[in-house]
This record gives sequence, structure tokens and C-alpha cells, in this order.
Amino acid sequence: MKVAVLFSGGKDSVYSAYLAKNVGHEISCLISIYSLNKESFMFHTPAIEITKRQAELMEIPFIIQKTKGEKEKELLDLEKAIKKAIVDFDIAGIVTGAIESVYQSSRIQKICQKLKIECFNPLWQKNQIELIEEIIKNKFEVIISGVFAYPFDKEWIGRKIDQKFLEEIIILNNKFKINPAGEGGEFESLVIDCPLFKKELNIELKTVSGEGNSWRAEFE
Amino acid sequence: MILLINICKEKLHYYEFVRPIEDVLKMNKIDFFTLNYNEILQGDLDKAEKIIICGTSLKDNGFIENIDNFRWIRDFSKPILGICGGMQIIGLIFSGKIKKKTEVGFFIEKFSNFLGLNGEKEVYHLHNNYISLPENFEQFSSSDISQAIKHKTKDIYGVLFHPEVRQKDLIIRFCELI
Repeated sequence: MKVAVLFSGGKDSVYSAYLAKNVGHEISCLISIYSLNKESFMFHTPAIEITKRQAELMEIPFIIQKTKGEKEKELLDLEKAIKKAIVDFDIAGIVTGAIESVYQSSRIQKICQKLKIECFNPLWQKNQIELIEEIIKNKFEVIISGVFAYPFDKEWIGRKIDQKFLEEIIILNNKFKINPAGEGGEFESLVIDCPLFKKELNIELKTVSGEGNSWRAEFE
Repeated sequence: MILLINICKEKLHYYEFVRPIEDVLKMNKIDFFTLNYNEILQGDLDKAEKIIICGTSLKDNGFIENIDNFRWIRDFSKPILGICGGMQIIGLIFSGKIKKKTEVGFFIEKFSNFLGLNGEKEVYHLHNNYISLPENFEQFSSSDISQAIKHKTKDIYGVLFHPEVRQKDLIIRFCELI
């Protein structure tokens, strides 16, 4: 089946794309929603230039849809982007990286239902520690691009998701209830390399901005 | 040993509708084996102490077209739990009728003593269809649509919602039934 992946460039959407490809689906395009509202419940707004480069490394066409990010209205923008994927790339299904969020997944389910296409959430309800283990095992190179919760600080930006990260995040999970895969919005990630990329994403950390327990990376 | 039955037409949906239930069983050290509904042999049914029939996606009704693959349910004497599409299968086998109603997301449903569920509970729905109350079944929820049913004399249970999302304990309680 030809599918489109809702793509933020972070570990969950890229790993979902990887699982979809592994069972034989053709990833016909990637869809990124660029929300002007950084607090959007619906979309983790990626650094759009970087997402575009990731799509190039995957050699997959890329649809970008801007949205003001107003609650519920942003869903119309998502629907518009999915419609474009149906018309331009003949897709019959959407793949998302949703793990726990019923808020996100039920809204996407309803859009797919309306447009009469399949909806795939291969990480749904997945144990987040196992997810991190699988990502490491499958040779995904992922870094932390933003942190948004106590006790994270600036030092976490740019860190690799590796065995050491996993050990520390398990401790933070026990101590502070941090979701090990950041599903509660505690951190965001960026995939630098993985089996879907033709070569590694070549980026350099430019600045780290923020304060307290909330920091975000900018790359060049 | 629990037999988990995968009814998904699309391979990728295994991760969404079967694997979460496997994870609940693994976490609780409950032995299981998983098979697709079209590959079950009599030996598998003999080996299974209990059976869970998992659900599938909104768009997937392939199991209805292949309902003959589930005729064995009528004569099966061990406990069965059908989840969403699995409940519809059980209903069809016991002369229920498929009806249309789309519900997606969290809903509050009221239960009366059903596999440990009592009173108002938050449940996750993902269905386009439901099943009318089948012959010889009783309903254990108070909404118009049957959310939780059990056969009057056999240990055959059905839930329209997805317990793997908010009611994981229900799955464990089913597995621990004596």
C-alpha cells in the first residue's frame, strides 16, 4: 500500500516509517505540519529546513503545510495536506508515530475515516523503554533537540540517545516520572541517521536558547 | 497458555491492535501464542486454555467476510474474550446483527460487575460498527449499545472498547479467570 507518514523528523515518526517500510508499504510522501503555535497540542513543530533535508536523504517527496496552530482549525490544515497526498501521490493510508496521545490519534483517525483511507499507528501503546531500546538496536542515531521539563537542563541538548541515555532516563522515570520516550512532551529528538537515510544528516549545533528546564537547539 | 487471535488484514496493524495486548501479557508473565485467524488449526484450539480475539482498524472489515473461519467458537468450551472486532465476531456467531455507529476516542461508560469493571469508567473506542445483543448473552453496561457482554452459561465475553488502552487490568482479570 502507498502510504504517507506524518513526519516531524523525530525518533517516533521516523521509526514508524521504518516499521511501515519493513512490512512492505511504499512510503510515497512525508507530511510535515509547520505550526506557528509552539504550544500546539497536535503537532510537534520541527525545524522545517532540517525536516526537508531528512526527506531528501530518504529520497521521498515532502509535503509541508503551514498552520496558525489554532485548536481544531489546525486539523483542517492537516486534512488539506492529507488530501494533497491522496491526489498527488495516490496514498491509501497514513502512518503516525502516536504512542499514548488519544487527543492526537483520535483526531487523525477521524480525518482518515472521512477521507476513506487507512490509519496506522505502529507505536501505539508501546512501552517507551522498549521503544528506546529498539531504536538503539536498529542503528538509529538520534539526538535530543529540545527539553521542556524538570530536571532537564541545557546540557541535555545535543546528547545522543544511546545506552547511557537509556540508563539515565530510566532513573529519571523512576524519580520524576519522566516518560522514557518523552511522550509527555518532556523532550524532543532529531534523527541524524537511520537505515532509511541514504547518508548521515550533516548538521552542526548553532545555538541553544531557553531558560530553566526549557531549552531548544538550533542547527545549521 | 492464552491464544491471541490477530484479525488484522494489514500486517502493520499487528503493532497497533495485537502487540499492545501481547505486552500486557508479557508484563504479567502470562504465557501466550499469537496466530492469524486464517491459520488456526484444531490443535491450536486444543492447546489454548483461553482465547483473546483482538480488534482491528476502523476500515478493516475483512473478518466479517470470512466469518466462517470462526465457526469453531460455537462449540468451544473454554473462555474467550472478544475485543471490538473480536466482539463483533462472537456476536455474529451467536446470531447478533452488525449495526453502524462510529465512535472514536475516550468515552465514559457505566458497567455493572464485568470482569472487575464497576460504575463509570473511561474507555477508548475505535469502531464503525457494533453488534446487537446476541442470543443467550447478557449486557453489563448501561448504554444503548452493548459495551460489555457475556454468554449466559459459557465464559464467552465481549467488549466493544479497547481495554489495552485504558483498562489493561480487564485483560489480566480475564486471563486469571478460573
